Amino acid sequence: MKFSDAARPQLSDHRSRRRRRQAGAEARARRAEAAAGLPDWERLREAGAAIRERTLRDLGTHLEELEVSVIEEDGRVHWARDAAEAKRIITSLVGGETDVGLVRSDVTDEIGLKSRETGPYTKAAVVGAGFLVAETGTLVVADPGESLTFPGTLIAVAGIEDTVPAWSDLEVLLQLLPRSAVGRRMHPAVSFRTGGFDLVLLDNGRTRVLADETGRSALRCIHCSACSDVCPIYERTGPRPYGPGRAGPIGAVLTPQLRGVEAPLEASLPFASTLCGACADVCPVKIDIPGLLVHLRGEVVESRRNRPVPAPELLLMRGLAWSMGDRRRYEHTLMSRARWARLLARDGRIRRLPGLFGKWTDARDLPAPPRQSFRAWWRRRR
Amino acid sequence: MSAREEILGRVRAALGDPGAAVVPVPRDYRRWADLPRADVVALFGERVADGRAAVRHVGTDELATAMAAMLWAREAKRVVVPADLPTSWLAGLDGVRVLADVPDLDPAALAETDGVVTGCALAIAETGTIVLDGGRAQGRRELTLVSRHHLCVVHADQIVGTVPEAIERLDPYLPLTWISGPPEGRTFEVLVVED
Repeated sequence: MKFSDAARPQLSDHRSRRRRRQAGAEARARRAEAAAGLPDWERLREAGAAIRERTLRDLGTHLEELEVSVIEEDGRVHWARDAAEAKRIITSLVGGETDVGLVRSDVTDEIGLKSRETGPYTKAAVVGAGFLVAETGTLVVADPGESLTFPGTLIAVAGIEDTVPAWSDLEVLLQLLPRSAVGRRMHPAVSFRTGGFDLVLLDNGRTRVLADETGRSALRCIHCSACSDVCPIYERTGPRPYGPGRAGPIGAVLTPQLRGVEAPLEASLPFASTLCGACADVCPVKIDIPGLLVHLRGEVVESRRNRPVPAPELLLMRGLAWSMGDRRRYEHTLMSRARWARLLARDGRIRRLPGLFGKWTDARDLPAPPRQSFRAWWRRRR
Repeated sequence: MSAREEILGRVRAALGDPGAAVVPVPRDYRRWADLPRADVVALFGERVADGRAAVRHVGTDELATAMAAMLWAREAKRVVVPADLPTSWLAGLDGVRVLADVPDLDPAALAETDGVVTGCALAIAETGTIVLDGGRAQGRRELTLVSRHHLCVVHADQIVGTVPEAIERLDPYLPLTWISGPPEGRTFEVLVVED
């Protein structure tokens, strides 16, 4: 289903909208205060963006280093091409154990894992990783519940991009993440564990994103969700219309890239934005989300170019290109359209355009065009 | 082809030649808090208190008395401590049963305690964080998770200013837990010992 159709029922749910508006305002205030608490916040963002970009540019090398480090510290590494394969691997690692807890993350949601929370004596835990340090093989989890403590089976799940090259990179990321994610100086608890766990590394479309030089930067994401907190669209629609993937602005750029822009939902997500740029302003790793949205809008249009029945906007654009390609045609079109528009106008305003254009005037008036075009006026003036 | 080969192959195909451009990381952010030593310690106290934990600053000779007072205020009757906790810390206790976690107490026994007393590996002033690494006076990680109340003793010289200082000092090969505030439904107190 298209984003705009899925959003409609959410928009008429006024109670949820009020709740989201309040929660959003609180989250924004907390985050802004937390960021203002560090005099070098902007420098940390620069460093964070560079660390993540460096990770992605040489991801193959970092993944191999991570694998070696984890194995050296008595861990095991499993690779999953897609969500189904990840689920199979996890099921077989858990074995017959029924006492399994989950520490959820965006990646565990992506695979569709559901389980109860971990308790202090859970025998096996499946944990969505925060960061994985390639240099040391360290698993870092913010707000780990009670699962990283006990000697039972520990299974960490991560996207291939959740790797960071060096231990020292954490000095940047562990300042950016808590202030952006929960608006605090630090998460109430952060756990680090090196070795002794099973690591499942998930592709599921990420290598496809990586191949797009522009789109790639979306994989810098450290899963803080600050972009959702500041997004005027997200505040009004909530997470559901974004579909089964990630919600908010980062979802609107990642989902179409991970799954292609052919289906209605994926094709509509790049348009689920006013391009106001608030997300880019808060992103701790400086992902240019509005830029990516525009890039993806272009891809959506490209993918539709060769359809047997052209889209209305494509016809319109072709018509415009034809009439604007020649001076005489342009002046003729301008004159005749202006005459039509003046016929539709009342008191100098057009309240409703005919046909498909009517949607545009649903929420605004169009001023009537003047009697004389600029060109005509200019010619007469001389 | 195995999933590993396939994924790594796709990664390399997607990126082309990575050696061409290594992204430089600008590291001109602050590494140290620009504060005198005494202010770093004071900042730590403020930030811990901000995180809904009680803080007390005492001199070394007042440690035992202060600890007894803090546990008394919590009405703690049974506390568990790591086996290597300095006995002098507990010298002032009166009417509190102290269980050393050796051999490891079973979950039922742990559940019956009113609190745990530990030291820490390091503390971070700017974030109000204490870090446990399983080292001296810290015991098993279970202790601080199961217990209703955690009283943590921090020596002033264990307090660093910033996160970069902490990352530099900590050993990634030890199981680290960073605590910045009490977990849901539990209480957390910090006793800062200054010389």
